[in-house]
Amino acid sequence: MAHHTLTVLVENKSGVLARVAGLFSRRGYNIESLAVAPTDDERFSRITIVVDAESAPIEQITKQLFKLISVVKISELEPAAAVERELLLATVRADATTRSQVIELVGVFEGKIIDVGSEALTVMLAGQPSKLDDFEDLLRQFGIADLQRTGRVALPRLERNTPRLRAVKGKVG
Amino acid sequence: MKLTGAQALIKSLEMEGVDVMFGLPGGCILPAYDPILDSTIRHILVRHEQGAGHMAEGYAHVTGRPGVAMVTSGPAATNLVTPLCDAYMDSIPMVAITGQVPRPAIGTDAFQECDTVGITRPVTKHNELVMDPDDIPRLVREAFHIATTGRPGPVLLDVPKDVLQAEVEWYWPDGVDLPGYRPTLKGHPRMIKEAANLITSARRPVLYVGGGILKARAAEALRALADLTGIPVVTTLMARGAFPDSHPLCLGMPGMHGNFTAVTSMQHADLLIALGARFDDRVTGRVGTFAPDARIIHIDVDPAELGKVRRPDVPIVGDCRQVVEELVEAIKALDTPQADRTEWMATLRRWQEEYPLTYETPEDGGPLKPQMVIEALRDASPPDTIVASGVGQHQMWASQYWRFDHPYTWVNSGGLGTMGFCVPAAIGAKVGRPDRVVWAIDGDGCFQMTAQELVTASSERIPVKVAILNNAYLGMVRQWQEMFYDERYSEVYLSPDLPDYVKWAEAMGCVGFRVETPEDVAPTIEKANQVDDRPVVVEFRTDSSEKVFPMVPAGASNDDVITAPGVTPARALRGER
Repeated sequence: MAHHTLTVLVENKSGVLARVAGLFSRRGYNIESLAVAPTDDERFSRITIVVDAESAPIEQITKQLFKLISVVKISELEPAAAVERELLLATVRADATTRSQVIELVGVFEGKIIDVGSEALTVMLAGQPSKLDDFEDLLRQFGIADLQRTGRVALPRLERNTPRLRAVKGKVG
Repeated sequence: MKLTGAQALIKSLEMEGVDVMFGLPGGCILPAYDPILDSTIRHILVRHEQGAGHMAEGYAHVTGRPGVAMVTSGPAATNLVTPLCDAYMDSIPMVAITGQVPRPAIGTDAFQECDTVGITRPVTKHNELVMDPDDIPRLVREAFHIATTGRPGPVLLDVPKDVLQAEVEWYWPDGVDLPGYRPTLKGHPRMIKEAANLITSARRPVLYVGGGILKARAAEALRALADLTGIPVVTTLMARGAFPDSHPLCLGMPGMHGNFTAVTSMQHADLLIALGARFDDRVTGRVGTFAPDARIIHIDVDPAELGKVRRPDVPIVGDCRQVVEELVEAIKALDTPQADRTEWMATLRRWQEEYPLTYETPEDGGPLKPQMVIEALRDASPPDTIVASGVGQHQMWASQYWRFDHPYTWVNSGGLGTMGFCVPAAIGAKVGRPDRVVWAIDGDGCFQMTAQELVTASSERIPVKVAILNNAYLGMVRQWQEMFYDERYSEVYLSPDLPDYVKWAEAMGCVGFRVETPEDVAPTIEKANQVDDRPVVVEFRTDSSEKVFPMVPAGASNDDVITAPGVTPARALRGER
């Protein structure tokens, strides 16, 4: 599904996440995923929101977000101009007959086994969201008992000296 | 200097120049009511917290200064939600202070506790729960800054009781530091130049003026722009008075119950210059068919309004007054005469003559026509009279038949459409402008929602005048049921004489009159105008079957505007576009 990734710098105060989430629900915008984390400056936090591109024009969403007093800065990350990562934790059934196949699959995806039980394994994978989708699909055949994904976080790609195409700016604030 | 949090709160309000506040005390806000006894601020004790909110709005409407309301926690705070939402929708500067349970009790479902900041978050421009007593002066300063700058709106501060009781070292901040709040005021020079070019060459332009013009105190700048370019002006419900109705370029109100020429001028325009207007559904009708040939210049201080409903060809973010002044200079600098609009103006004049606002004169012995009552009130009032209204048929007739020649003389609830707004808003307006005559034109349904505030007005000696257009119905709903629900009238009948409005008025300390015949209209208004030491209520028994026309049915195109039952003259004009 088409999506937009917004990174929103907000004041690090109580209630800010509720303001952002409330704005999305009130105006009927769909959130695909949302992640909040502190930044290196303790006055601010960063919210990474992935928005369903069909629920509303992204320009209107950013403008409405920017009206919140606690929102300091908004950047839209074009998928081509950003690095995006997500983390997945899953508890997979793995008895004597399937255990080696699960371990092999985790190895192929360069994931990690972080907990071992007699009938199950808990595995971890960090990477691009599409890679996590593939991993999740392949785990399903063994039986997934529990699964959690963090939602994506993203940062803009760094400038390099070699000239290359850049996403058009000017959509924010 | 050591103060209590409560003293710091009241002192901060004084520092912000607050001269009057509207409120009602209770448990958690009690500490803040003690320093009011020693304050220069006049406190007006309301009978219901909703009244405090609407009074603050009425005050802000007519003065341009933020209205202040202070109430306690829990039910008082929830009673304030309607006025906050009303102020948010109509961009009214307002600061609300609510009490909250002491900090240790927050989250425990304590007596009269509610999540006030959570409840009011979607209906305020900003709100804060004050958790540190030392923050009080800073947060008050920020609240007034946010409420009055950019696109104005309501700001709420929720103050726990123990924060009010705590001791603080007094200070007053030099300014505000809000990294996420920097409204754009100056228009983009290239866009302004582009707008100037479009305006100068347009053959059928219309200035589409919304409430933002009044919020920006830009009535004079607008007048200069209209006079310079000769472009006709429509004033939306929120902008009545921003451009004088008596000016030859004024076409009056557009929209669902706008007059034919104002509605149809926009449908046939080749350029709309939207100033502080937001393409509300009540103005555009069905959006896909609204002003189909028009290019759009959209000027607004809120960037989110540009492109929200209709994509502008020239978007300009900025303060309306500043941008319009810059636009006037840019048009002068072009040194190009305005395009020939003789034909356009002739068309508009022809429409005005062919399709004026009309109503049938009453039959002998028949009930009063509400439009006639409003005309009689208008003709007996000084031109700078302030008119407040509720929501419904009487509101539309007041907007249609009053002659607004001065800005800040029309106080009404546009966006939210709050029945019950009229009486308290009129009281707030009279408090803000005691030098003016204030007429509240209300409906019988609206009046019954907030009439108790006339007790406030009597005891505080606030001599507002209330005209009730009593048609014994929830008239606008009745009109829709008649027109769109096959005359199946469901739960809209209110009775003409229950309550007895004259007795009710007298019980609240007002002078009460009742008018049932046309001969009595003018003499009774004359008597009401002579009362200036207390509120006066005049009940006019009006025709229940009278409907508001013109009308664009909800969801229909503006081309389908009905000027009288079964008459839709704009449809035939579509071909002329």
